Amino acid sequence: MIYQTGALGEDGIHLDMNHLKSGEVNLGTSIMAINFRDGVILGADSRTTTGAYIANRVTDKLTQVHDTIWCCRSGSAADTQAVADIVQYHLGMYGITNDEAPTTQTAAALFQELCYENKDMLSAGIIIAGWDHRHGGQVYSIPLGGSLHKQAYAIGGSGSTYIYGYCDANWKEDMSEADGIKFVKGALQEAIKWDGSSGGVIRMVVLTKSGAVRHLYLPDRNYEGPGTEKP
Amino acid sequence: MPGFDFSNHNRNIALHAKGVPLPKATSTGTTIVGALYDGGVVIAADTRATSGPIVADKNCEKLHYISPQIWCAGAGTAADTEFTTAIISSNLELHSLSTGRKPRVVTVMTMLKQHLFRYQGHIGAYLVVAGCDPTGAHLFTVHAHGSTDKLPYVTMGSGSLAAMSVFETQWKPNLSRDDAVKLCADAIEAGIWNDLGSGSNVDVCVITPEKTTLLRNFKTPNTREKKQRDYKFKRGTTAVLNEKVITKEQISKYVTVHDIGDGKAGVGEKMDVDTQPSAPS
Repeated sequence: MIYQTGALGEDGIHLDMNHLKSGEVNLGTSIMAINFRDGVILGADSRTTTGAYIANRVTDKLTQVHDTIWCCRSGSAADTQAVADIVQYHLGMYGITNDEAPTTQTAAALFQELCYENKDMLSAGIIIAGWDHRHGGQVYSIPLGGSLHKQAYAIGGSGSTYIYGYCDANWKEDMSEADGIKFVKGALQEAIKWDGSSGGVIRMVVLTKSGAVRHLYLPDRNYEGPGTEKP
Repeated sequence: MPGFDFSNHNRNIALHAKGVPLPKATSTGTTIVGALYDGGVVIAADTRATSGPIVADKNCEKLHYISPQIWCAGAGTAADTEFTTAIISSNLELHSLSTGRKPRVVTVMTMLKQHLFRYQGHIGAYLVVAGCDPTGAHLFTVHAHGSTDKLPYVTMGSGSLAAMSVFETQWKPNLSRDDAVKLCADAIEAGIWNDLGSGSNVDVCVITPEKTTLLRNFKTPNTREKKQRDYKFKRGTTAVLNEKVITKEQISKYVTVHDIGDGKAGVGEKMDVDTQPSAPS
């Protein structure tokens, strides 16, 4: 016997994805991660919304799950935080029990396990990027259904639709760090400009052999600074 | 088994489809705020509780105790904020006793988010968590679905927009204690005046590493004035047309009252009966 629930449509098959979001905090987002010569760069805007209201204008959507493995979160704030917290716990245990840092691939596989097995309950689009001693820098993307894709660069969130053209036109393999930052910043600036659900500051994390470095770019300085300096 | 019972879910959907409305929960249309300052953290709340359009309580308490140095302001469903803070407070004390350490604000925040995430938003608790621990002063918001934010100043509830407009125009870094208290009280007042769901008084809680000060009814901008006119009718306003006294004996035909036992208390519950037959005035 199949019961009609509020989530199912009249045909009893199609699921209304919006039911998940009623009154929920969403990351209407622009996120991306790229490979460059020495590692990876993650980038994100800083807007979280509840309906039309901006619940947080300086959100940090770049979340650390291990020393040099980070992720960009999009979708439901609650879901992605919960998933990231679980992955962070598992990678922490992995690092201690094996006396060796986990690889980005391991982290991505953990994310995929959670996102795929619980796909009915989650609205989470996550990009994983990291640097490890075995493979250097890597970027993985997990969209809504829970599939896992290894990519040269990945973009995600509602704002990403506006920058497919920009990224495709401007992407180059093996960029320098400065060029990589310029690429990410340029793309996110466009996403913020055209997407109403994205905005605020641009946050970035650069992951290389020498660890993680945070960057911040403010709209009132035309996204030119302060970079790695304290504002 | 602990937890919620969803066995009536399908029945409720069937009833709802037939047009039976869902019962209304008492919720706190609320303004709650919090702000960090140089020596600690301040949280504040209004004191109105509502049930639909009715003001259910004009002076309720929305500042909840978690531990001596960690307090919580609650918005959303009144019962949910009350019980989630109570259960986390209880578990935190056990945790603190077993580790032999002072409780931390991040611990409270994590326990709350994991508890609320498990219930997928069905527990309608929207909380501002604030406190001082060995790692410093901290301020968080926790939404009903389990997402959290960490900010120097926060607002929640239906009055959050009014309160945030005060913060966004008046907040500056490195506030003094008194300035932080005033700013929070002003933000709550903005909610009291401009949000229908908020009203009555301002409660404030100041937490420093040394001590916690709960300023209950820090501001009372809605004290009731004395009625300008007395609407009570004077005795004798209604004309007495006739008078009839009915005694206990007269009604014993219908009702009898017996004293049970030896008259000492505890033998049987005694009914309070007027010994004097009441006469109309």
